[in-house]
Amino acid sequence: MSWLALIRPGDWLVMLLSAAVVGASIPVFWVGGLADRAIIRQEGKVFAEVDLKVRKQFEVGGPLGTTLIAVEPGRARVVSDPGPRQYCVKQGWLMRPGEIAICAPNRVSIQIAGRTKVYDSISY
Amino acid sequence: MTRSVIELTVTAEDRRVAWLATAAVGLSLVDAAIPSPLPGVKPGLANIVTLVVLARYGWGTAVWVSALRVLAGSLLLGYFLAPGFFLSLTGTTLSLLTLGLARHLPARWFGPVSLSILAAFAHIGGQLLLARAWLIPHDGVFLLTPVFAAAALVFGTINGLIAAKLLAEPAPTEAA
Repeated sequence: MSWLALIRPGDWLVMLLSAAVVGASIPVFWVGGLADRAIIRQEGKVFAEVDLKVRKQFEVGGPLGTTLIAVEPGRARVVSDPGPRQYCVKQGWLMRPGEIAICAPNRVSIQIAGRTKVYDSISY
Repeated sequence: MTRSVIELTVTAEDRRVAWLATAAVGLSLVDAAIPSPLPGVKPGLANIVTLVVLARYGWGTAVWVSALRVLAGSLLLGYFLAPGFFLSLTGTTLSLLTLGLARHLPARWFGPVSLSILAAFAHIGGQLLLARAWLIPHDGVFLLTPVFAAAALVFGTINGLIAAKLLAEPAPTEAA
């Protein structure tokens, strides 16, 4: 007996409706939406605000040298940094609103922003 | 010294519930052994037993089997009265209530697959609400809802198919 024969007409309906609910739940629950912009800061001041629609590279100068930042559609990352521990480089691609990579030694940071502001942590 | 005699009469129904609950507990253990990419995403194989019991022996027996499964499963896996136990209990309660309603759907159109999917959604819904209300009082809990809902759909369908397959075979003769 084939597995398909076990599914009754209403079952297909339930499956279809459930799939629709799952699909509809994605924009409802993933608040902040998709990554919209990348904000690059140097010494705390905004160096550039880029729409995450283009493919572009930025060279940001700091006290140690040049931090190279790559922006691609929907994501951004620090490509290289003169800092000793390379934390911001190792973070890799940033894709979600609120994500941030900080190259503290070179005083450069890159943050992803969405439509709505999200918190990166809340404590009680 | 008088010996008190407590006579426990065991009915055939009791034996049946015990056997079915054992099967459900066994599947819970298998469930726990399967590595999960995310806490909360589990196949929920024990629900196959619940579905079969519901169709063969009715809702009351299904409640008994599920309650015993949650209790014995948590004791065996060592999370009795831990948060996981209450999550499990809430999920099971809600999915049993859903099954209680959904089993009145016309059987010609809606089979075990529908029941399984609805129960899976009720299960994860209950767990998310309890987690939000008690364990993690922050809306961030709901961030993973789409993932959980998708898992409920996939595993609900698979479990429902397995239950339908089992129900398509003739009922086993009652062994004592």
